[in-house]
Amino acid sequence: MAQTARPLSPHLGVYRWQITMTLSILHRATGIALAVGTLLVIAALLALAAGPESYAQVHGFCASPFGLFLLFGWTWSLCYHLCNGVRHLAWDAGWGFEIPRTYVTGWTVVIASVVLTILVWACVLTRGAA
Amino acid sequence: MSAADLQTPLKRARGLGSAKSGVHHWIVQRVTAVALIPLCLWLVYLVLAAMNADYAQARALVHAPANALLLIAFVLAVFWHAQLGLQVVIEDYVHTRWLEIASQLAIKFFCVLGAVACVLAIVKIALA
Repeated sequence: MAQTARPLSPHLGVYRWQITMTLSILHRATGIALAVGTLLVIAALLALAAGPESYAQVHGFCASPFGLFLLFGWTWSLCYHLCNGVRHLAWDAGWGFEIPRTYVTGWTVVIASVVLTILVWACVLTRGAA
Repeated sequence: MSAADLQTPLKRARGLGSAKSGVHHWIVQRVTAVALIPLCLWLVYLVLAAMNADYAQARALVHAPANALLLIAFVLAVFWHAQLGLQVVIEDYVHTRWLEIASQLAIKFFCVLGAVACVLAIVKIALA
């Protein structure tokens, strides 16, 4: 396994911070968080199919402080991964590779994800929280 | 010593044509991503609608044919997309061979089981 002794890229420490690197790793992090969040989708659907008691348990967990914290985190993760995913699809189509444009689209994604999260939770709060 | 011994693996592979499935992972990841844009927006709408519903109302929501159909589509797309994404994360970061294989298997089994469980639950509610 001599090959593993080669110097490995990327050398994260030598780079000046750029928003693009943060957004890149956040896309992965939110993707992993959302994959964990599918556990709640499974639990909710199975509970709904199983009966009122199990559904009440899932509903109670979601309405608990820890549940609300998780739901808020997953809401932002979804909004971010969705917006940045569209940014990725634009890149795949060949649009937006210029450095200044990656910064503009990057900040747009950050702002849009926050606005969308606030919109969703405004709906939650105005309808009477969970 | 033959010329092939002096070539890098890349040099030997070049020009041999595609491995037939080279971009399949990439394309399916994009196709499921595009599908998930409307499906996720719709799911957020559905969850907000179900938030204050009692058990019977929540069940009626999933029982509605259009909702059951879109939920199954969402569940299939989301687990497929999650599996593809997590696979790449493991390929990138887990360098211990047995651990890599074990986690790849665990991810795949979890995603298939999760998708099947969700579809079964939706079908049960939809047909009830």
